Amino acid sequence: MDLDLTREQKILKRSAQDFLKKECPPSLIREMKDDERGYPQKLWDQMVDLGWTGVMIPDKYGGIGGSYLDLCILLEAMGEVCCPGPFFSTVVLGGLTLLSAGTEEQKGKYLPGIADGDLIFTLAMIEPGIWYDISKIAMSASIDSDDFVLNGTKLFVENGHIADYLICVARTDSKDASEAGLTLFLVDNKSAGVRCSPQKTLGYDRRCEIVFDKVRVPKSNVLGDLGRASGIFDRLQEQAAVAKCAELVGCIQTAFDMTVKYAKNRKQFGRPIGSFQAVQHHCANMVVDVDGARFITYQAAWKISEGLAASKEAAMAKAWTSDASRRVTSLAHQIHGAISFAQEYDVHLFYRRAKACEVAFGDAEYHLEKVAAQLGL
Amino acid sequence: MEFGFSQKEIEFQEAVEEFLKKELPPDWPEKSRHWPGGYGTIEMPNREMADTAREFRRKLAQKGWFTIAWPEQYGGKAHSHIEQAIFDERMSYFRAPSVGIATRIAGPTILRFGTEENKQDWIPRIANAEIEMWLAYSEPDAGSDLAGIQTTAVLEGEEYVINGQKVWSTIAHLADYAWLIAKTDPDGHRHHRVSLFVVDNKSPGVTIKPLINIVGVHSFNEVFFDNVRVPAKNLIGDKNAGFYYLMTALDFERLLVGIGGFRRFFEELVEYVKQMEREGKPLGKNHSVRVKLAEIAVKIEIAYLFFWRTAEKLDKGQVPDVESSVLKLTTTELSRHLANVTMEIFGPYSQLVTESEWTPLRGMAPRGYLDCVSATIGAGTSEIQRSIIATRGLGLPRK
Repeated sequence: MDLDLTREQKILKRSAQDFLKKECPPSLIREMKDDERGYPQKLWDQMVDLGWTGVMIPDKYGGIGGSYLDLCILLEAMGEVCCPGPFFSTVVLGGLTLLSAGTEEQKGKYLPGIADGDLIFTLAMIEPGIWYDISKIAMSASIDSDDFVLNGTKLFVENGHIADYLICVARTDSKDASEAGLTLFLVDNKSAGVRCSPQKTLGYDRRCEIVFDKVRVPKSNVLGDLGRASGIFDRLQEQAAVAKCAELVGCIQTAFDMTVKYAKNRKQFGRPIGSFQAVQHHCANMVVDVDGARFITYQAAWKISEGLAASKEAAMAKAWTSDASRRVTSLAHQIHGAISFAQEYDVHLFYRRAKACEVAFGDAEYHLEKVAAQLGL
Repeated sequence: MEFGFSQKEIEFQEAVEEFLKKELPPDWPEKSRHWPGGYGTIEMPNREMADTAREFRRKLAQKGWFTIAWPEQYGGKAHSHIEQAIFDERMSYFRAPSVGIATRIAGPTILRFGTEENKQDWIPRIANAEIEMWLAYSEPDAGSDLAGIQTTAVLEGEEYVINGQKVWSTIAHLADYAWLIAKTDPDGHRHHRVSLFVVDNKSPGVTIKPLINIVGVHSFNEVFFDNVRVPAKNLIGDKNAGFYYLMTALDFERLLVGIGGFRRFFEELVEYVKQMEREGKPLGKNHSVRVKLAEIAVKIEIAYLFFWRTAEKLDKGQVPDVESSVLKLTTTELSRHLANVTMEIFGPYSQLVTESEWTPLRGMAPRGYLDCVSATIGAGTSEIQRSIIATRGLGLPRK
């Protein structure tokens, strides 16, 4: 048993942190919140140069062939600075789906584009009335000669406004209302009939409504087998949920560090507020939450990385980390007091980002239900 | 990074489990109604179980596992902390009779700080499971503030004369010797005025009075020392260094959180819920029940991770003072949460104390509901643990 990162992993983490500290300061987050694309091209290009976009993509497709743990280490570092951009949607959602479900031809066609930062991917799953569970998805995909024709509405599509490709879950068997009738498609976002409306969000990320009006997708763009979306999606959801946990670990670590520093420096009644037990005990509770989040996340990430069954660990990680992040960021505000309510102060950036991560790929209650099922209840 | 055990550790874990299955009566885990994290339900409810426990400890000693953490030169096995943690986890999972204060606290302290005479006097008898000790720390006016004890020990010729009162003295009535701190320099700094002694329970002037706890169990005592004369050689190590020894001894008890007991009870609870019905529907299909149980499962997982982390840090030669406070805080708060959730899930049936066909899980719910109160108070309250984490861990100022 060794719960520490390896030497190489520590180096990766440290270099990512150093880079992001320099290139992604809070001022950039503020600048980008009203930017049309939502991230600076320069930062994205630098991340590509560092090999991050190809972290899990094998050499032969232009990546660096790293592990899922390496990916999580990068995401943790990005979470620490609330890094904006299409990394998650492209590398995690796009890259991992292609790696697990793509044909050799599809991999050869798209993965190099992801690795060298030319292609932006995202996932279009959620629909009106559908939260985290794909079984009731309504978007229809009917066959018409060599194409499928997609009709329906997708919500909360991250970076839908800039993506080149959408990974879309749709119903290919209209008679089967269960998940057995669902198929994954790779949809060119420039296709006729795709209409995208970006929505403003609390977390400053870009979430879009995308309406599909008779969108034609060639048969060659089916990902995996017909009617087999659920197996691929379950795996993706597991990996995406733990990846979000890694991002959250970074996010709450920074909120926590800022808070402890503030508690040491801020004086009231002639002494640092951190000398008051009420504040100290809030901080101690944050230690339990942050450390717990880190270990339970890395346990799940390690299992996924090793190719071991991780459904239970992943659900536990997302359940704990989601709740813990809410407690930590809320206490961060409480301990900072009034100043944290000012737009110019940074705490709210983490409060926002944590909420966005909390509700992504299943909130605590959703994952607790999964844990209950794993317990045989 | 590696979250699994090595082959050697897995084999050790299997050996411990095999031993427990062979040497403990099969119904022991059911009969031993200890609430995880609690300090008030460590009784042996009857003579027969007390005899079984004694016999079990003797077999542990024969196997060499009574002192697994001790150096080999003193008859120990010099196991790593992870292996000790594995041992403790399996032991507490089977609710096995605990190894005890003499072995886990007094022995290692004597080995590290004791005089040669101290070692000769006590080490062999502890290692052979011949004697048991109780912790004579807390006093009526010294609970969380342990350095504030009032019991005195005054040197008169070849003896120390002890006067004072101890309280919350767990199993004092069943053990043989007190592992006692007393003030030996009334004018010294609060951290340099107390010393550690071993005091025979049978000494004239020692009076042990039961302090029945709210569970109705006799686990605690009040103990009075009235001019109790103790041979000077029973002073452990140096005079006035007791507080330092005591703080260091915390190293030895950091893993003693009974971690396996949480998993054991939780498994029993889940199995029971699967069989139970409420208003004609399976209780396990009730959404709120499922979420409550899943939350406990996650908290147990977190507690286990904190447990292994503490052991791992000890193996790396670091002092996990903050980590162990996190572990103690987490497990004992879990003790309360688990009891509360169990009561909520069982509803009106949760009240039943008498063991009958209507009583879920042998009445463990109301037992835990009472005993869990002690969890977050004993051995350093949750508030003390949080203060340690904040000041020692985060460096927050004390003033």
